[in-house]
Amino acid sequence: MKGILKELRRKKVLFLMLTPAFIHVLIFSYLPMAGTVLAFKQFRYNLGIFKSPWVGFSNFRFFFISGDALHVTVNTLLYNLAFIIVNNFLEISFAIILSELNGRVFKKITQSVMFLPYFISWVIAGVIVYSFFNYEFGVFNGIMKSLGLPPVDVYNSANWWRVLLVFFSAWKNVGYGTIIYLSAIMGIEHEMFDAAEIDGANLYQRIRHIMLPCLVPTMMILLLLAVGNIFRGDFGLFYQLVGTNPLVYDATDIIDTYVFRSLMTSSDIGMAAAAGLYQSVMCFVTILVVNKIVKSVQRDYALF
Amino acid sequence: MMDGDASKVRKRKPTIDIISFNIIGRIMLSVFSFVCILPFWMIMVGSITSEGYITAHGYNIIPVEFSTESFRYIMNDATGILRAYGVTTLVTVTGTFFGVFINAMAAYVLQRKDFKYRNFFSFYFFFTTLFSGGLVPWYILCVKYLNFKDRIYALILPGLVSVWNMLIIKGFLGGIPDAVSESAHIDGANDFRIFIQIIIPLAKPVIATISLFTALNYWNDWYNSMLFINNEKLFMLQFYLYKLIGSAQGLQIAADKAGVVIDRPPIQSTKMAMTLIVIGPIIFLYPFVQKYFVKGITIGAIKG
Repeated sequence: MKGILKELRRKKVLFLMLTPAFIHVLIFSYLPMAGTVLAFKQFRYNLGIFKSPWVGFSNFRFFFISGDALHVTVNTLLYNLAFIIVNNFLEISFAIILSELNGRVFKKITQSVMFLPYFISWVIAGVIVYSFFNYEFGVFNGIMKSLGLPPVDVYNSANWWRVLLVFFSAWKNVGYGTIIYLSAIMGIEHEMFDAAEIDGANLYQRIRHIMLPCLVPTMMILLLLAVGNIFRGDFGLFYQLVGTNPLVYDATDIIDTYVFRSLMTSSDIGMAAAAGLYQSVMCFVTILVVNKIVKSVQRDYALF
Repeated sequence: MMDGDASKVRKRKPTIDIISFNIIGRIMLSVFSFVCILPFWMIMVGSITSEGYITAHGYNIIPVEFSTESFRYIMNDATGILRAYGVTTLVTVTGTFFGVFINAMAAYVLQRKDFKYRNFFSFYFFFTTLFSGGLVPWYILCVKYLNFKDRIYALILPGLVSVWNMLIIKGFLGGIPDAVSESAHIDGANDFRIFIQIIIPLAKPVIATISLFTALNYWNDWYNSMLFINNEKLFMLQFYLYKLIGSAQGLQIAADKAGVVIDRPPIQSTKMAMTLIVIGPIIFLYPFVQKYFVKGITIGAIKG
């Protein structure tokens, strides 16, 4: 204690410079952590978080017994898994292609175009999806009609969303990820490629045996971060593209949209808090476990 | 622009592997780029197609019946969209300036090796990326205790501090030799002056890219508006569009029910025109800022 006071006096300015960020994080991150007690309470707005009556685990019991917990968890996990696999596959492929392809202008244009969707909000992505798949006016049904096929009511059929959500996640995010992998490829020593080429390895062999192994560290970091967030869904993607349509909840409801809806309709704030805490704990445990495993296999790849 | 043009250095005669790679690569990049750009094209076409055509045939990819009625309709009463532009600009400029300043200042302190408690404070910030209290306590804190409803600061404060950005800046500052700070110290400058006059100019690349990413986040934000804002005078751009699309759908249904056909506003084309107006600045600025974003990702990726 004495030590910190002494340091505080000596490094007054440094402490002051740290203060705004410190207070912001205290208020917006640590206070809500304390607020998770709400998960064990029946929230009454007039009484506030700390004076509302305790109800033990009944919020959790309700969340799990209703069957919602299992269903939204499975959806969150499977979607995130699909995003991780599809996006990383495309990102790595495109990064390799962009690094080895001939034709400077072609690469410049395609890379710019691929990166463009990253810059728009999910609201606009929602409008785009709507104008493609809207039952009456959508481009998609226009094409179906002109081919003499019956129109599809995408917004009311759960199965379509399983494909569309994965598709649009890739549409928006692959450009960004490609640049990360491309910058990793740029960092590889080129002597290795030249040596392999002289030794008679063809392009595919060079990619397979030199480039891919060199991308493993980047891939591991990105995977670790993604897996650590595997219980956390991309709220904007799901909320803006699908909206709130009970008919497709089976296929599109994730923990984040579930918590948001419970909070907004004020139906059961205690249970929403319980679901949120469950999500945070699952995330926390996952990242610790995965990091531990990675650390025991290959120390360098661990996050902390 | 980043491109891996190792190919132009090494002159090689085209062998079968290189030819096939180029063909496959070009096809893959073309297809994905086409998918990325198509929605933007469609929005543009939709906004200048006559309402009559859209209601009869739906949105189209090829412009058919040209009309500017949607833009004329918007121009009739543009106060809403102009105000949303104003709010968004104000929020983006203020939030980016203070956010980057606060993050950079904290990052500087955290990487100062003579700052004794830097490990403790680094952990204090880093821990919030691993565990969070979830949406519900955070929301109640903001609404009940911080009085966020219908306040402009509700749009600025939540996004101010980003621990990830802090870590990226910290990583970059770590590469600046300590001797720079030390020699200024000997000259009698205090830590804040050193930060402002010496460190910031040296850290320009990372400050610039973090500013761009922060600005993009504020510009595209609709989430905070959705949570905290009911007063439409404080709507941010993306949320304004979201509300408009929602109410346009409502309008459509109401008009259909009432059987009103005469004097119906050009709803479908107006949606597209409004979307175009909202993404306009981004599309316009994109060619100029894109390369800085690419650099920014590369800086972040090296930090990993």
